[in-house]
Amino acid sequence: MLALADLQLPTADAEIWRYSRIAELDISKFEIQHGSQTVSGDDSFVTTGTDADSSVATPDVFAEYNASHQQTVRVDIPADTSVSEPIVIEFQSADGSATFPRTVIRLGSHASCTVIERFRSVGDAPSLTSPLLSIEAGPGAKVTYLAVNDLNESSWQIGHQLVSAGRDSFVRLSTITLGGYYTRVRTEATSKETGSAIEQVALYFAGGDQMHDFRVIQNHVAEHTSSDLLFKGAVQDSARSVYTGMISIDEGAKGTSANQTNRNLTLSEGAWAESVPNLDIRNNDVRCSHASTVGPINEEQRYYLESRGVPPEVAERLVVLGFFDEVLGRLPDGDIVDEVRERVARKLSIGVSS
Amino acid sequence: MSVLEISGLHAEVAGTEILRGIDLTIASGEVHAVMGPNGAGKSTLSAVIMGRSGYTVTSGSITLDGVDLLALSTWERAVAGVHLIMQYPTEVPGVSLLDALGEALQYRGRDASDLADRLKAEADRIGFEHRFLDRPLNVDLSGGEKKRNETLQLAVLQPQFAILDELDSGLDIDALRDCSRRVEELSNDAKRPLGVLAITHYSRLLNELRPDHIHILVKGQIVNSGGPELAAVLERDGYAAFTDEDDEPAAGSATSSLDDLFRI
Repeated sequence: MLALADLQLPTADAEIWRYSRIAELDISKFEIQHGSQTVSGDDSFVTTGTDADSSVATPDVFAEYNASHQQTVRVDIPADTSVSEPIVIEFQSADGSATFPRTVIRLGSHASCTVIERFRSVGDAPSLTSPLLSIEAGPGAKVTYLAVNDLNESSWQIGHQLVSAGRDSFVRLSTITLGGYYTRVRTEATSKETGSAIEQVALYFAGGDQMHDFRVIQNHVAEHTSSDLLFKGAVQDSARSVYTGMISIDEGAKGTSANQTNRNLTLSEGAWAESVPNLDIRNNDVRCSHASTVGPINEEQRYYLESRGVPPEVAERLVVLGFFDEVLGRLPDGDIVDEVRERVARKLSIGVSS
Repeated sequence: MSVLEISGLHAEVAGTEILRGIDLTIASGEVHAVMGPNGAGKSTLSAVIMGRSGYTVTSGSITLDGVDLLALSTWERAVAGVHLIMQYPTEVPGVSLLDALGEALQYRGRDASDLADRLKAEADRIGFEHRFLDRPLNVDLSGGEKKRNETLQLAVLQPQFAILDELDSGLDIDALRDCSRRVEELSNDAKRPLGVLAITHYSRLLNELRPDHIHILVKGQIVNSGGPELAAVLERDGYAAFTDEDDEPAAGSATSSLDDLFRI
């Protein structure tokens, strides 16, 4: 077993850690423990365990530690099986703990399911959660995954998501990040076989001293694959956010369609958002687009609402919720959309008064 | 009965004086048209009345029943009873008409519980399709649909005064007629007649709206005021006479010679 004291932290000199808070992470403050992990919803095809697992690639040191210390929820949907009720995983990290939750989702051919995973803190003190998600979608399979980060604002999350989409499969990865002192997710979504489609949506909203950090690769290996990414974020107070995205298209991936859109609202003078979309295209027969914006609330929109008799802080709330609406509309059905809208509204009003 | 009074209004944008002494008094139920060529200061006038940032009033006053509007922020002016119909209504993605007007009514201390039904009823009156009620504000609406939407909001919010900033731009004739008729109905409402200030470049709006008073705005000043007959003259001769006269150094004499022009 790897000991936490031996963990060699990466440095911000490496491009993939640029702008990050990795230099601030004091690993000695944490102790490896198991968090509380519960599964609800339809658990017919769910197993859990803590045996070391080397079946999933380990792109960096946190993924290596995850392989050694993981608590796994494994979702194995057999071929031609459709699980309609969402599978909900709740993971709670205790104060001072370092935890390594792992979620492995495997779908047989033409299987389908929805998995919702929520990360929470037990208390208010810092913890380190380093989750790993692995999704392999078989031919014609359909999977929707949603991660909701609700950690307290002193905690660290350094996570990995690895997706492999089989022939004609459809994978939707969605992320809601409101929590954490430093929340980082690194995603490698690979369109591995012909005809596969991957959608990624994220909503993040950092306030106070929070930082939200996303590193995403849309990796096209096979031909006639598609990927669509929409990440929308807001920062207020002295919060920070980073989006670094890469559309990577192999020589053999002709007929690929890939879109990458990242939009950010900076709601306070002291807030900062970085957006870096990249393209690495090695085939001429492809359709790619990328768009990236960082800026304050549109003054015209605010004025329009104010001219109807809506106070500025309410106009701002409406505009910010409207900005996120596009992402909220692509989340799994259920109470989550109303809940997120309410929490974004509450966070905005806290930001305004402080 | 309410009165919106603009008195000796001077305003500048980025250090350049655009409005150079405007006097206008509008009472409930009256329809006033301010007409002028490009660059006369028409858009500035509507922006200054609503308190848009970037426009500085250097002297003069705007009051609503004696309340100093210039001391209020934009939303407070709207709540006080002045509503702006924008020339180019802004698209607000993700924000529904219902949410926006629900908030707007709440801050007027008014009941919004039957708002959805009222919106439907108003939509029927103005020829605004119900399916557009669920769209985010002004998103993917044609010019005509946007102005119907603006007029619908006016009818639901029931202000004392409406500023119509180029209601007729981007509008087909059917939509123009529907919007104008609704505004006219509101101005004739027995209980709370709407006062209207229609700012426009073209006289075609006036064929539908039939103002009681017409004011000609040239280079930031009202150079002539009269009744509906002024529109007919303008239709025939255009703004050329006004702008030429305005080049004369003495503004006072220009006004008197313009009076001569209209004595037909």
